[in-house]
Order: sequence, then C-alpha cells, then structure tokens
Amino acid sequence: MARSTKRAPPWGAVREAVLDGLRGTGRGTLEGVTTLGRAILFLLLVLPQLPGLLRRPRLLLEQIYRVGFLSLLIIVVSGFFIGMVLALQGYNTLVNFGAEESLGVLVALSLTRELGPVVTALLFAGRAGSALTAEIGLMKTTEQLAAMEMMAVDPLQRVIGPRLLAGLFCMPLLAAIFSVVGVYGGYFVGVGLLGVDTNVFWSQMQAAVNFSEDVWSGIIKSIVFGFVVSWIAVFQGYDSAPTSAGIGAATTRTVVISSLAVLGLDYVLTALMFN
Amino acid sequence: MGNRNLELTVGCFVLIGFVAFLLLSLKVSTLDNLQSGDNYLVTVSFNNIGGLKAKAPVKLSGVSIGWVESIDIDRMDYQAHVTMKISNRYDNLPSDSSARIYTSGLLGEQYVGLSPGGEEAFLGDGDKILISDDALALEDVIGQLLYQKAAGD
Repeated sequence: MARSTKRAPPWGAVREAVLDGLRGTGRGTLEGVTTLGRAILFLLLVLPQLPGLLRRPRLLLEQIYRVGFLSLLIIVVSGFFIGMVLALQGYNTLVNFGAEESLGVLVALSLTRELGPVVTALLFAGRAGSALTAEIGLMKTTEQLAAMEMMAVDPLQRVIGPRLLAGLFCMPLLAAIFSVVGVYGGYFVGVGLLGVDTNVFWSQMQAAVNFSEDVWSGIIKSIVFGFVVSWIAVFQGYDSAPTSAGIGAATTRTVVISSLAVLGLDYVLTALMFN
Repeated sequence: MGNRNLELTVGCFVLIGFVAFLLLSLKVSTLDNLQSGDNYLVTVSFNNIGGLKAKAPVKLSGVSIGWVESIDIDRMDYQAHVTMKISNRYDNLPSDSSARIYTSGLLGEQYVGLSPGGEEAFLGDGDKILISDDALALEDVIGQLLYQKAAGD
C-alpha cells in the first residue's frame, strides 16, 4: 500500500511527459501540413493573376529592379570570391597530380552545375526573399492589403504577383552572372596569380563543359530555385502574424525554409538530371 | 525613381544577364558547334570497344571531325557496332580508311581515331569502315606480361 503511493507519482509524470512529446510532434506535423496546404492554395490563387501582369509591365519592372538589380552587387562580389577560392583550393590539390591544366574544368563545372545556382539561391533568399517577406508582412500588419481589398484592388494581383514573377525571372539571370563572374575569378587566380596557361585554361574548359548537360541543367536548377524561394518569401509575408514579432518570425522562417528547400531540392534535381 | 531611369536600370540588368548566358554558352562551354552542322553516318565494327562511350570524339590526325552517335551489338557476328557522325566538311575520307580506339593520355577519355587509306573512292553516308583495330585493354597487356614472366622462369 505504502509502496504503491510512493511509486505512482513518478510513473504518472513520465507518462505525461511521453504523451506531451507525442502531442507536440502531432501538433507540429498538423501545423506543417496545414501551412503547406495554405501555401499551395495561395499559389493556386496567385498563378491565374500572372498573365494579367503583362498588361501592367510597370509593376513588374519595379520588382525586377528591386529583386534583381539591387541583388547584383552581392552576387557579383560573392561570385568573384567563390571563383577565386575554387581556383586556389583546386590548384593546390591538382598540382600534386600534375593536372593543373584541368583547373578551368574544375572551376567551370563546379560553378555551372552546383555553386552558381545554389549559392545564388541562398544569397537571393537572404537578400531579396527576406525583404519581400518583411515588406508584405508590414503591408498586412498596417492593413494596407485589407485597404486594397476595400478598394476592389486584388492584392494578389497588385502586390504578390509581380514579386513572384520578378523572383522567377531574376534568379536564372543572377545565377548565370554568378557563374560567369566566378569563372573569371578563377581565371584571375589560376592564370593571373598561379601561372596556369591561358589557352589551356580555356580550351580544357570548353572541351569538358557541355552546354546541353552542364550549363542547361544549371539554368533549370536556378529557375526552380527562383520559383521556390520567391513562393516561400511571398507566402510567409502574406501568412505572417500581423504583429512586429510576427513579421520578424516570418522573415526568419523565409530564410531558413528557403535555404533548406534549396539544398534539399538541389540534391533531388542533381540526382534526376545527372543520372 | 523616375519611370525612364527605372526602365534603363532594369534594361541594363536584363542585358547583363543575357550577356552572362551568352558567355556561358560560347566562352565556358562549346555550343556543340560540330553537332549543329550537316554530317553523315559511318559505321565500324570492333571486337572490343573498351571504355568507348556515345558522344566520344572521332578524330583524324588528332583533329575532332565528328562524334560517336551510338554503340550496340551486331546480332549476326556479336561484334560491337559503332555508328559515327562525321561532319560534311570532311567528306573526302578514302573508303579504305581504318579506325582504331585510342585513349587520350594514361587515364583520359577514349576516342575513335581514323587513319586515311589510299583509295580514290570516298566514304559516303551509311558506308562501313572495314579495317578496325580494337581498344588496348590494359588488363590483357598486364596478363600477357605476367604470362611471359611466368614462362621465362
């Protein structure tokens, strides 16, 4: 009798803790699934608005300027440095095998296949995606979106559509710029500083890099990433809690979720395309 | 920002983007310029193609003149049947030319090397090269060396 009263409370606490853990997992899963459902419904509402944008190109132009042109500097600078460090690291390894002629191949293939699309998408999520989320979240918090609806202006067409389309359009351009600047960064270090022969650098690269396989698959990747990152960014802004803390949380979620999505999708796309 | 300035900056951005695409296709990679032109098919059979793969280059005196289109097995004589596409610019290969599989460098890719013969007639579309030499299989060479060493002992 005394033994059972002594033992009962810790047993009950353990059971509660396990059940709490399970409940937490369940709640998290349900929330995740509902958010995904809302995101997909949101996308289905936005997509039919996109063709109408062609009649108002001014809205799109403004967003291309803000999403694309203003991201140009960070893309160019990071691309150049990534190309330089690729050449430096690659040279140190390749020179052991007497294969430093392949430096151009290494730099160009790494950039066009992987680093160009992926790093651009990560930078894009940090530079443009977070700004989109914060902007749309603030519009929601200050009830600008609600005011638009009152005036019979569809915010999905007026605010969300141009931003989504601009992101989709700018990502491949930015990724291509990143890759090209990176190749020249690699050229600067490999040929300029480490003394690889100029002609060998370019000719080996051209012989090994295939347009339809390597460059084209990189472009497809960057289009997919651009779509996913912009989608996540505008949805998180539109879905954010209308408080200052809510905007902060939504901005963080944009960067975290889109980075994870880009890295995960990159593996899937690579496995599909380079099989 | 004024309307005209906005258009100008966006125009510059898009232009830079497309120049980057152009550089990627022309400077960084080859836009498959051999594959775009007109070419004709020539076939050849080998006993052993080693590691030859489709799209491997076909070379004459070291110059790329075409590429391997497809590889399959001839159902009649069980030989490897290699179909090559050769650019129409090189339409004057003698019909008794021979083909051999080479390896570029010690560990490089394998390619088909053609040596011109002395006939007056030229190879045309669908013709077959009759003289062929197989890929050098490294394991056979090593095996021979081992047997010779064993026999010498």
